[in-house]
Amino acid sequence: MSEPNYRWPARDKRRVMGTRVNRIDGPAKVSGRGKYGSDINQPGMLFAALLTCPHAHARVRSVDIKEAQALKGVTAVEVMSGPGTVIQWAGTEVAAVAALTEEIARDAVRRIKVDYEVLSHAVKEEDLKAAGGRSKPAGEVLVGDPDDAFKKADVISEGEYGIPVLQHCCLEPHGQVVMWKGDTIEYWPSTQNVSGIGGDLAQSLSIPAANVHVRQDHVGGGFGSKFSADRWGVVAAKLSKASGGRPVKLFLDRRTELEIAGSRPSGFARIRLGARKDGTIIAWESQSWGTSGPGGGGVAATQLPYVFVNIPNKRVNHTGVITHTGPARAWRAPNHPQASFLTCCAIEDLAAKLNLDPLEVFDRNFQYTARPEVYRAQLRKAAELSEWEKLWHPRGQAGPGPVKRGLGIGVATWGGLGHASDCRTTIHPDGSVEVELGSQDLGTGTRTVIAMVAAETLGLSVGQIQVKIGDNRYPPSGGSGGSTTVGGVAVSTRKSTMNALQKLLEAVAPALGVSADQLEAVDGRIQVRGNPAKSLTWKAACQKLGVKPIVEMGRNDPKNPMGMISQGVGGIQIADVSVDVETGVVKLNRLVAVQDCGLIINPKTAESQVYGACIMSICGALFEERIMCQQTGRFLNADMEFYKLAGIDDIGEIIVHLDITPEHDARGVIGLGEPPVVPGIAAIANAVANAIGVRVPRVPLTPDRVLAALEGRRA
Amino acid sequence: MQAFEYASPTTLKEALSLLGERWGEVDVLAGGTDLLSLMKDYVHTPKRVVNIKGIAELGGIRRTPAGLRIGATVTLDELLASPVVRTEYPSLWTAADGVRSPQIRNMGTVGGDLCQRPRCWYFRLGYGLLAQKDGTSLVVNGENKYHAIFGGGPAYFVSASSLGPALVALGAKVRLASASGARELSVEEFFVIPKSDAEREIALRPNEILTEILVPPATGVRNATYEVRHKEALDWPLATASVTLRMKGATVESARVVMGHVAPIPWVAREAERLLAGKTITEEVAEQAGKAAVAGARPLSQNGYKVRLAQVAVKRALLAAARGKA
Ligand SMILES: Cc1cc2nc3c(=O)[nH]c(=O)nc-3n(C[C@H](O)[C@H](O)[C@H](O)COP(=O)(O)OP(=O)(O)OC[C@H]3O[C@@H](n4cnc5c(N)ncnc54)[C@H](O)[C@@H]3O)c2cc1C
Repeated sequence: MSEPNYRWPARDKRRVMGTRVNRIDGPAKVSGRGKYGSDINQPGMLFAALLTCPHAHARVRSVDIKEAQALKGVTAVEVMSGPGTVIQWAGTEVAAVAALTEEIARDAVRRIKVDYEVLSHAVKEEDLKAAGGRSKPAGEVLVGDPDDAFKKADVISEGEYGIPVLQHCCLEPHGQVVMWKGDTIEYWPSTQNVSGIGGDLAQSLSIPAANVHVRQDHVGGGFGSKFSADRWGVVAAKLSKASGGRPVKLFLDRRTELEIAGSRPSGFARIRLGARKDGTIIAWESQSWGTSGPGGGGVAATQLPYVFVNIPNKRVNHTGVITHTGPARAWRAPNHPQASFLTCCAIEDLAAKLNLDPLEVFDRNFQYTARPEVYRAQLRKAAELSEWEKLWHPRGQAGPGPVKRGLGIGVATWGGLGHASDCRTTIHPDGSVEVELGSQDLGTGTRTVIAMVAAETLGLSVGQIQVKIGDNRYPPSGGSGGSTTVGGVAVSTRKSTMNALQKLLEAVAPALGVSADQLEAVDGRIQVRGNPAKSLTWKAACQKLGVKPIVEMGRNDPKNPMGMISQGVGGIQIADVSVDVETGVVKLNRLVAVQDCGLIINPKTAESQVYGACIMSICGALFEERIMCQQTGRFLNADMEFYKLAGIDDIGEIIVHLDITPEHDARGVIGLGEPPVVPGIAAIANAVANAIGVRVPRVPLTPDRVLAALEGRRA
Repeated sequence: MQAFEYASPTTLKEALSLLGERWGEVDVLAGGTDLLSLMKDYVHTPKRVVNIKGIAELGGIRRTPAGLRIGATVTLDELLASPVVRTEYPSLWTAADGVRSPQIRNMGTVGGDLCQRPRCWYFRLGYGLLAQKDGTSLVVNGENKYHAIFGGGPAYFVSASSLGPALVALGAKVRLASASGARELSVEEFFVIPKSDAEREIALRPNEILTEILVPPATGVRNATYEVRHKEALDWPLATASVTLRMKGATVESARVVMGHVAPIPWVAREAERLLAGKTITEEVAEQAGKAAVAGARPLSQNGYKVRLAQVAVKRALLAAARGKA
């Protein structure tokens, strides 16, 4: 027989895909039966704690661990930053202790004596002029003739905007339980990378990757920060080995989690736009800067202007600023929210200067994007859902009273091509079905989507599929980053279940007196195509296998998407806010998210991705920022009290509109994890400017900044 | 957290006998919503912890001829559930409701709210109550957007208690017991501005337990609290105002105006109080009182906005009180 036709069934033929299915692991999670890495407890388990450096910049002169080792209950102590090490950010791990209890481990850590030579530090980057020798210019990107274009422009609009460093702030901190006994390691990390993290740990420990067994059922957030084994994973393994192979649990405390386990680069920029009277942009000039910590970094020059990439004349400069702060990690749509914010604020300021409706200005400039018609249609939809016509007013004309309402726009783009993924399907003679992948469910609904694709293919219901993920002994599947998971696992599952079905049909064909290619699997039966009368129940069909199950593989190869997956999505969000101009307090009334997509397997979990992303944007726009103190070099709000996150009452109404049309469907599956987190901050910042009549140049839009902008001061 | 001895007495007498003579030796444990964080961060390292939740006489809300008696271990939730508090002391009710976490309201006590330590991030990082390094204030030269705009120097933290300003405005007293007897202080006198790291921000002595709060009857007064908050969930107010107006018909006979989260103690706005006497509360009068309340503010480099917020809080609290019933 020839290779099966793996293509997705036609829209009107789908029974499972495209329906709203609850997460299959929902009950396990809400009941607490589902275990996260930090819930894992093993017999004889030890607890580990880290000693971290309180200085932002220092040289370690000596580390004395004797008193810690002498404490009763301590089983092992490892020095992580030995004499001579130069510490580049506060919170850096200096030593780790394993002990019988967490309390003993923490007490022991306090008995370690470290002598530091404290060096001078710099932890701020908001003011580029103050950065001096810490600046690393990235080189200029020049397109067309911006100087000439600015001369010809009817209007020039200028602005300065900024978005600070913020943190991943995973609800479940980074960490793991690990047991290094003999040659092998049992490893229960909190990770986005089940198939890959074992190899990473093995490399650091110079042991074969094959000797590391990784397991993880659930992960409490990663957002791009949980791919590698990290220094704490390596040290936990060493502590285990040094403690005779007893399992060791080491999870970061909240302060350390925020200080060292991930941050998002800041993005500041002075932007100048030259435009025609009708709002058409003809020239762009930007000087941006930001920090990713010790590496400089920030938004790359090539990321501005965002989305409107084909503006004909551009001069783009970016400067990375080196700081003694915890290094950045990929943060849900790396650099896109910052770039969207910088670009969309500049465009709305141009519209205000020209006294034009931003809808019109965005629409006109969509000609410079890769997909003008998609954005135009999305903008119309978002305007309709946000009641733009009724609620929008020219900037600053919100009417009387202290509470001013306003609307604003943000745009996004993203890739989302499915990653490499292998899947193994087993059909047992008793009819049970296992689908195995070395993937992970970040809370996005990956398990559910796998079950749905398998059920669709095999003509079964979701509940009849046993999805097995979260173990690196299953066939390898990519790490969950870049919104690549859904495309990857959907295709590998489709192919593997289809290959398995093919084998089943071949086994059943003689009994039904037809050839295998005349059979189909529908509604829990194997039947002659279009003839339910000539059929076997699924169970009866599987019995024909005798004693040997069918085991079949399937692979997604991103280089050969076969029309089943693709990439490239746009998105538009419109925010509706109310601002109390006496207090500067901003309330979100509504955030409308119109999201371009491909084939949607589960509309329910797809929408919930967008809801979650919108909530993250609200946090970023209104609340979140890392507050560094130059005097102490410390991250002052490394807690969940003054590192502020939205609660239910802070969120307002979120309206999600997914573009689900035959054209979108025909593109195949595209990832959705990241794109919806991109435009919200821009939209909210623009809505506030619209409400109060002036631009608040920097987010988060805290009362101090809003009042300062209203009073014409800098906050 | 440093290892400690734990005691859970059932009588006040026994509890008092377990206290220390110096700060740092023994800590009283009520709801633990603050103490546990302090201990985990090694800001407090008591050798002994005395749980007072098992002492029945410290609980309960009771109406007495002298007013309302609130036991120290009454939780914020219990306070909110009290119809008397809700209808007669809306100012106190609003302040308690402003603790925007159901878990903390469920565990946290009224006594604990008054005795809780400042949230100043330098204090919590171990730089001491005055937040000094090498003799200079980290606050003045550092990150001070949540710090004091009144009464600053050498202490710049803000009193964390939201109930404090409401109770000061209502003229409430606290009762403090020690092994040698009990004393009463007005809530106003209970809060003090420390001059050194060794002092405390409350007049409680290390050998005392706050046993109850006595709030005078609310007859003939109107009261309200207004909080300016950045965020609704799990956040501290940026500035609050609690007002109590003794009314004669539509005019204010006397007023108490107390601002919260703006100074190391609940900050009494005497200028505003004087201005309000004999006036009818109108939008304009409230506005003037707000201005008068903040006339003496001395903001730091990053907290000038709080002057504005305190002013608005006073205005809005007055308007809310005027709308309420006497
Ligand atoms: C995120 C967050 C937000 C908050 N927001 C607010 C807010 O907006 N407004 C506000 O006012 N509070 C707020 N709180 C603080 C909260 O109200 C207090 O933590 C709580 O009231 C303390 O009560 P407790 O019984 O838990 O005190 P504990 O933690 O048990 O004790 C706190 C301190 O008081 C001492 N103490 C307690 N009771 C007595 C007593 N009877 N006699 C002598 N000493 C005693 C203890 O020794 C300890 O030093 C917030 C807390 C958090 C974590």
